Amino acid sequence: MAELIYPGEKVAVNTSVQKPIAQIALIGNPNSGKSSLFNQLTGLNQKVGNFPGVTVDKKTGICQLSAQQKVRIIDLPGTYSLYPKSLDEKVIIDLLYNQQSELYPDLVIITADASNLKRNLLLFTQLVDLQIPAVLALNMMDVATKEGVKINVEQLQQDLGVPIVPVNARNGSGMAALKILISQQLPAPDRTFFKIPEKLEGLVHQIRQHFNLQNDYLAWHYLHQFKNLTFLSETDKTYIAELLQQYEFNSNTLQANETIGRYTQINELLLDSVRVEKPDNNEKFSNRLDQILTHKVWGYLIFFTVLFMMFQAIFAWATYPMDLIDEGVTAVNAFIQSHFDGPLISLLTEGVIAGLGGILIFIPQIAILFAFIAILEETGYMARVTFMMDKIMRKFGLNGKSIVPLISGVACAVPAVMAARNIDNWKDRMITIFVTPLMSCSARIPVYTVLIALVVPEKYYLGFLNLQGMVLMGLYLLGFIAAVLSAWVMKIILKTRERSYFIMEFPVYKMPRWKNVGLTIIEKVKAFVFEAGKVIIAISIILWVMASYGPGERMAEAEQTIQQQAKQYNWSPEETEIRLSSEKLESSYAGVFGHAIEPVIRPLGFDWKIGIALLTSFAAREVFVGTMSTIYSVGDSENIKTIKEKLLAEKDDAGQVFFTPARAFSLLIFYVFAMQCMSTLAVVYRETKSWQWPVMQLIYMSGLAYVCSFIVYQLFK
Amino acid sequence: MQKSEKSVRDLKIGESGTICCLSDPEMSLKLLEMGCIPGTPVKLNSKAPLGDPITIIVNDYTLSLRLDEAATIKLK
Repeated sequence: MAELIYPGEKVAVNTSVQKPIAQIALIGNPNSGKSSLFNQLTGLNQKVGNFPGVTVDKKTGICQLSAQQKVRIIDLPGTYSLYPKSLDEKVIIDLLYNQQSELYPDLVIITADASNLKRNLLLFTQLVDLQIPAVLALNMMDVATKEGVKINVEQLQQDLGVPIVPVNARNGSGMAALKILISQQLPAPDRTFFKIPEKLEGLVHQIRQHFNLQNDYLAWHYLHQFKNLTFLSETDKTYIAELLQQYEFNSNTLQANETIGRYTQINELLLDSVRVEKPDNNEKFSNRLDQILTHKVWGYLIFFTVLFMMFQAIFAWATYPMDLIDEGVTAVNAFIQSHFDGPLISLLTEGVIAGLGGILIFIPQIAILFAFIAILEETGYMARVTFMMDKIMRKFGLNGKSIVPLISGVACAVPAVMAARNIDNWKDRMITIFVTPLMSCSARIPVYTVLIALVVPEKYYLGFLNLQGMVLMGLYLLGFIAAVLSAWVMKIILKTRERSYFIMEFPVYKMPRWKNVGLTIIEKVKAFVFEAGKVIIAISIILWVMASYGPGERMAEAEQTIQQQAKQYNWSPEETEIRLSSEKLESSYAGVFGHAIEPVIRPLGFDWKIGIALLTSFAAREVFVGTMSTIYSVGDSENIKTIKEKLLAEKDDAGQVFFTPARAFSLLIFYVFAMQCMSTLAVVYRETKSWQWPVMQLIYMSGLAYVCSFIVYQLFK
Repeated sequence: MQKSEKSVRDLKIGESGTICCLSDPEMSLKLLEMGCIPGTPVKLNSKAPLGDPITIIVNDYTLSLRLDEAATIKLK
């Protein structure tokens, strides 16, 4: 069929980009040791970027083959076939089917688990049919041997028509052979596994001509997946859709037949090269371990113990490095401030470095949380947890895998939102990300402590039940209930075509590979610092400007007034300094903002001072305490007792105590629900690659906070 | 494909059967890729503490799936 070629369209394709080095895509089933192999090949030479336009991380790394030769390795998401089921997997087809893509590989390394060759070869045969030069890395030969699976590698290589390298991605053996192999110019495989059904040959031919494709199977995938191929234009998609109608193309049936056909071929092929000597190995170690670890009673008990340990680690261990970072940033700021002066310096110290500190301080928590998650993931325990929790979580529109982000949210929503990446169903993942910030994170603790100390008496019941502690627990519970109920509502609202699956391989228990754990931590920390960090610094600077500058001459006037009063009442320099910062904050834009929103927050029992605190808390909730102590001119913001005294001494216009229980509880409830954390918003933006989600979160959570605070205040005042 | 009443959902723990067909066209693609091919023996391995999801053994490896999903795997 003759096609009109529009010169303008064809020129736009970036054929001129000369790839500086060869690109190798690493592809394989989940749990086939793909990530370990990637880590073995590239080590610390890794970079995490984004695939264009999607929420999936793109991991690339440089592999030094020899002194002269380097190649770029692209790590693709684990998949069972080239017909992707989740959004993550769609990245693969966008890359492999678009020969103009700058990531289009010169070679693919296919990792396969030797102990489960049959299923792993499905993906392999599909890739071979695409006729991209390929190498099969046969991983986990040791496991296969232990299970009585004997593989005749030479025979297999002959049958498959592609070079095979037995490797052990855990200890690195076979790497040298693999590197030698990939340094050569390998030819494209010449055998094919799949034959296009006869009556569709014409259709495939037409597609090949239209898109100028050199391979039948590639054209075949265009037919099945054109809707998911982002590089196709709408015209192209309509063109394919119309052709499909003409040919009465039934994608589901054809795919099912193809898969069955491939398995039939694989079965025959493996008869030659694979012998299983112990056919019945159902009583494997993993199965016996599962009887305890997924037991009705022990299973949950062990799980909660693991969780408890994780919290302990995040709360207790992370405190030390976090304090160090905090002190370090303060020291750097103090040093700069003592040596230099001026608005630029104060922008640098109070805006940029303070913002930077706000990012760095999360590193220990992120590192520890992801160390735990990586270990649980690596050992195979995480799959058991999701297995045990799935039924409960599903009722609320979540998924077994949502349990990890939700629970980590109690420490900090930032790594928790990142942990939601393990959820492969889009809807489940979005709901999880959306509700996670409702879990009471550790940054709320200082706010909770100050306010509880203010209005809840330190009473004991039954000798050990501390009333303040019980209120604190109630606040956590409230956050959890809000999260779960919101998820349930979202489940009803959110429409999606993607179905929620729980069909997954149950991995066998393994020792974690520490190198992988380490690299996961580095990767997560880097992602947070560089991606979320940008937004956090930007907002820090904006907040700094709002708190440091005021309209007109108000700031200068405030300073004058205080200096005069200082002389008049003979204040000490410290006292003057404290009053000055309080006065300045009131005159600043932040103060103006506080006054401006006062009518809005008055029904909640808040005044303009709390309004300022609400604004500055946006940097991070714990800033609330610092701001309150500045506004109320408390010298020592670390000391809860002095803050408490100051707040208790605060009188309203009528001369009554300002912080009544109604006000304090209203404020507490506000902090339980409100989205006041730019780090979380930044991370949600990063994870969803759109502003839609963080903005929705901001509106929803603030709305929820407002309504609940309103109810609390109006009921109790 | 003939219709069969019994599905993987109806198996007891430790009981085996042979896959006859998959009843949900969309889900079947995923299951086929995971090795649930008609004619393959399948064994119900375990159930989650709340009875759902379950794990099955096909082709010598363990697969976990929900009861709704298991119900689409019909047995001979």
